[in-house]
Amino acid sequence: MDARTEEFVTHLQAGGLVEVHDWMPDEYRSRLIKFIEMHGNSELMGVLPERDWILRAPTLQRKLALTAKIQDEVGHAQLIYRVVEDLGKPRSACLDDLIAGRSKFHNVFHYPTHTWGDVGVIAWLVDAAAIVSQKALLKCSYAPYARIMKKICWEESFHILHGRDVILALVTGTPEQFDLVQEALLRWWEPLMHFHGTPLAADDDPMVFWRIKSQGNETARQEFLDGYVPQIRELGLEVPDPKLRKRDDGVWEYTEPDWEKLKAVVSGHGPASEERLGFRRATRKGLAWVAQAMLAEAA
Amino acid sequence: MSHVFEVFRQERKGQPFQHAGSVLAPDLQFAEIYAREQYGRRQESTSLWLVPRDAVHEIAEFPDEFDLKYRRVDGYSIKARLRAARERAGASADAEALHGGDTA
Repeated sequence: MDARTEEFVTHLQAGGLVEVHDWMPDEYRSRLIKFIEMHGNSELMGVLPERDWILRAPTLQRKLALTAKIQDEVGHAQLIYRVVEDLGKPRSACLDDLIAGRSKFHNVFHYPTHTWGDVGVIAWLVDAAAIVSQKALLKCSYAPYARIMKKICWEESFHILHGRDVILALVTGTPEQFDLVQEALLRWWEPLMHFHGTPLAADDDPMVFWRIKSQGNETARQEFLDGYVPQIRELGLEVPDPKLRKRDDGVWEYTEPDWEKLKAVVSGHGPASEERLGFRRATRKGLAWVAQAMLAEAA
Repeated sequence: MSHVFEVFRQERKGQPFQHAGSVLAPDLQFAEIYAREQYGRRQESTSLWLVPRDAVHEIAEFPDEFDLKYRRVDGYSIKARLRAARERAGASADAEALHGGDTA
């Protein structure tokens, strides 16, 4: 490590922040780009499972709320890609890499939705898991990213409440409606346990070293379990893990998830990966003329 | 050719404008559409300022070579002096009580 990088690391470890025009080591920049780009990709891909339900939402109010949530998530992608652009990677390159499968997006967006119950579980629990990570990103050493995270977290709090409202309507409805939620929870539990990643110790996590992330993967998962397992159980829903319990010392025990499966899913081998990427490819191609026409108009 | 526009937003009337983020747009008209969409569509702002990034002149160095502490709150530690003053006042009040009337 050269002297300049050492000085940078000392600055970071003392809680220092980094702004867009500040000097930064190449490794820090490339890790930021990769991480933030994946976040942007996830926002953009994350709307596709919900998009499938706009026409099938059970009431007009739900349709409007779902549309608003989708608009928010696409807006988050815009804000996040803007941060990546400032770090040196153009948005068009991000989109090209995404549809070519050269970059990643979150595991939970590689799965299909079967019923309206899935939509509720996604809006409530997938968003809850995401907000645990996003809240920790408010402390990211790269200040422009941390700042937009404030706005994102603010909008996410509406999403969670919307999801919870959908779930509560279903669990207080007919037995069939209750079953929709229970079945969706069975489907989503494994992806939810995968969500925060392998239990890599924070001390060994280069993202924690560069203070891009402020908490280790396992800390995030424990926070999620501690916050949401009681909320799931109080509704009479069953979590499909017989080993899941909170120990006396406050730590949650659970069945070790299949980490190889997570690896396969995020590298584009999930049950809906190909379909979702295919959709993005088609829209990118089909809508290229809009961007061209708009840029020509502005020029 | 697109340009970066910095976006400043005011949350409520009378509040200061704060930097919110930026948009990349081919011209001011597009910048306005993007900024409205990204920073104002939920009534979270009462006003937005759009400033071309090139127009922002940053000053970030504020040297304080002489450590001019007398201009700041942390330049004053009055605890010891206050204690001494209180002790002195207490002592003279006691003395007054003891010799009260003698000087009248």
